[in-house]
Amino acid sequence: MSYQGFGALFPKKEMLGFLVLAIILAVILPLTLDIFRLNLVGKYLTYAFVAVGLVLCWGYGGILSLGQGVFFGLGGYAMAMFLKLEASDPESTKIQSTPGIPDFMDWNQLTELPFFWEPFHSFGFTLAAIILLPCIFGYIIGVAMFKRRVGGVYFAIITQALAAILTILIIGQQGYTGGVNGMTDLRTLHGFDIRTDSAKYFFYFLCVALLFACLFAAQFIRKSKLGRLLVAMRDKEDRVRFSGYDVANFKIFVFCIGGVFAAIGGAMFTLQVGFMSPTLVGIVPSIEMVIFCAVGGRLSIIGAVYGALIVNAAKTSFSESFPELWLFAMGGLFIAVVMAFPNGLAGLYNTYAAPKVDALFAKVFSKKPAVAAAPPPPATPLVNKPVATKTETPVIPQGALHE
Amino acid sequence: MSSNTDFVLAVEGLTVSFDGFKAVNDLTFYVDENEIRVIIGPNGAGKTTVLDLICGRTKATDGSIKFRNRELTKLREHEIVKAGVGRKFQNPSIYGDLTVFENLEISFPRGRSVFGALAFKRDEEVISKVHEVANMIFLGDQLDRQAELLSHGQKQWLEIGMLLMQDPDLLMLDEPVAGMSVGERQQTAELLRSIIKDRSVIVIEHDMQFVAQIADKVTVLHQGKILAEGSVDKVKNDPKVIEVYLGH
Repeated sequence: MSYQGFGALFPKKEMLGFLVLAIILAVILPLTLDIFRLNLVGKYLTYAFVAVGLVLCWGYGGILSLGQGVFFGLGGYAMAMFLKLEASDPESTKIQSTPGIPDFMDWNQLTELPFFWEPFHSFGFTLAAIILLPCIFGYIIGVAMFKRRVGGVYFAIITQALAAILTILIIGQQGYTGGVNGMTDLRTLHGFDIRTDSAKYFFYFLCVALLFACLFAAQFIRKSKLGRLLVAMRDKEDRVRFSGYDVANFKIFVFCIGGVFAAIGGAMFTLQVGFMSPTLVGIVPSIEMVIFCAVGGRLSIIGAVYGALIVNAAKTSFSESFPELWLFAMGGLFIAVVMAFPNGLAGLYNTYAAPKVDALFAKVFSKKPAVAAAPPPPATPLVNKPVATKTETPVIPQGALHE
Repeated sequence: MSSNTDFVLAVEGLTVSFDGFKAVNDLTFYVDENEIRVIIGPNGAGKTTVLDLICGRTKATDGSIKFRNRELTKLREHEIVKAGVGRKFQNPSIYGDLTVFENLEISFPRGRSVFGALAFKRDEEVISKVHEVANMIFLGDQLDRQAELLSHGQKQWLEIGMLLMQDPDLLMLDEPVAGMSVGERQQTAELLRSIIKDRSVIVIEHDMQFVAQIADKVTVLHQGKILAEGSVDKVKNDPKVIEVYLGH
């Protein structure tokens, strides 16, 4: 990016990345996959939301959260509560001792809807909650942690504890939450049956559209001064502080953004998969989300999407054939990322494929010297070199990721 | 606590103790408008701690620091910066992953809130200021270079440049020529002389030759207290200073 002018939001080369991703997700996959597989891709894409948020938080801001499942769960449960209420109309629940409340409440001897469930009758409230709940929650955590300068490994551990706490809370309060089974048997959204093939197509494309909205938002943040400040903070936090910035506010902001992205992903998960359960919000899924991000490349929002897709696809096919081997494969994959390609797939692409693509471009556009003559600057200088940050954690050997 | 003065910086009765160890002990000194004050002293004398206290990195146990009659000890770091105090760290503290241009731009005093940073536009004012500063710090032709790749001396200049972007009224430099070659030292001395117009500067430095080149007044610290204060010549010939610091 040249320092002259405003610096376009989408330099040509990055535009290409978005375009290729859009064609793959919106054209190639829907045309080549049957609806069952496409629905699976849609499910994988819901994790891409989380991974993109992690690129901003972790890759750019150096804030490693091992509790993104919490935000995924907030969005997913908010959507599930709305769908569950719609599925629990008095007509279809008339065999219960208290008709009109979700079945699991009836099983747990609840006789009326808890007060905090009431607003989820409203779809508008539910949508607002999917955005605002993670914001509020992220803000509270952010203020409590970042204003006191808790960071690095301590922050990672605390977020992991939050994921554990949320799981325990959901499982323990099964009368209010559906417990370990989660919220199942979700049927319609405003009378629109979410289990049909046409609904699955619709939600798939909605998911892709929302993912691109998040990608554009992330791109805007990356390219703004805030994006550069995040990189600066990761590098020399004190220098940023003594340049007149309240560092904590920037961390809180990016943590909230990551949370909102994850919550949107969670809501789309509920819509496409048709249930929400505590196994999707706990420690293990939260760490998996970090792996999606690491495999795709912590510094590339597009890479994060591919990371989520590829790791999840591998997970599905692996666990179909060798269910007991998957965890080993996952561990192996993570070690491979740490040892061999610390900047993930995006790093590999930038090192090996990007020069060839550039050469090809130069050829194609050779009639326009302005494009061809320009020496290909690295898309982001960050991706091409190991990055040193201060945050280290024993859980995810982040230091090793940089070397 | 203390009364108002005409000084840019009035430090009175400043004390900080770490677990009972008084790193700075009842320190009082004043810095005049447009003065270059050099602080010297042996290792562990509390020189860097004094800068830490002024810029808010360390909280004082007791005493007062007044900058243009505004109490700094109760402000937070970024508020102290906004009040007009800039500080350079001992080790060059720059953003290695960003370009020289971006390093300088971040210190431009605009868009310092979250949404201000999102809305920040790289307009003519910013670009011309960055170019102006880059030329002063001898990095005019390095703007697109990743800061990590600069030499040690250039990194020191870059950090000084970042402070110039802030345009502080009080500039604090912690060993600005440490680790520099002789040629770079010469250039840095020139640079400092050109940037000290219209501002007060506090410099920590060991190199007595360099000190003699730039200082208006020298304060010698020893064990958290002032051992001597005055002109370079006066301090150089002070027997106590020779004893603990300069050597015979």
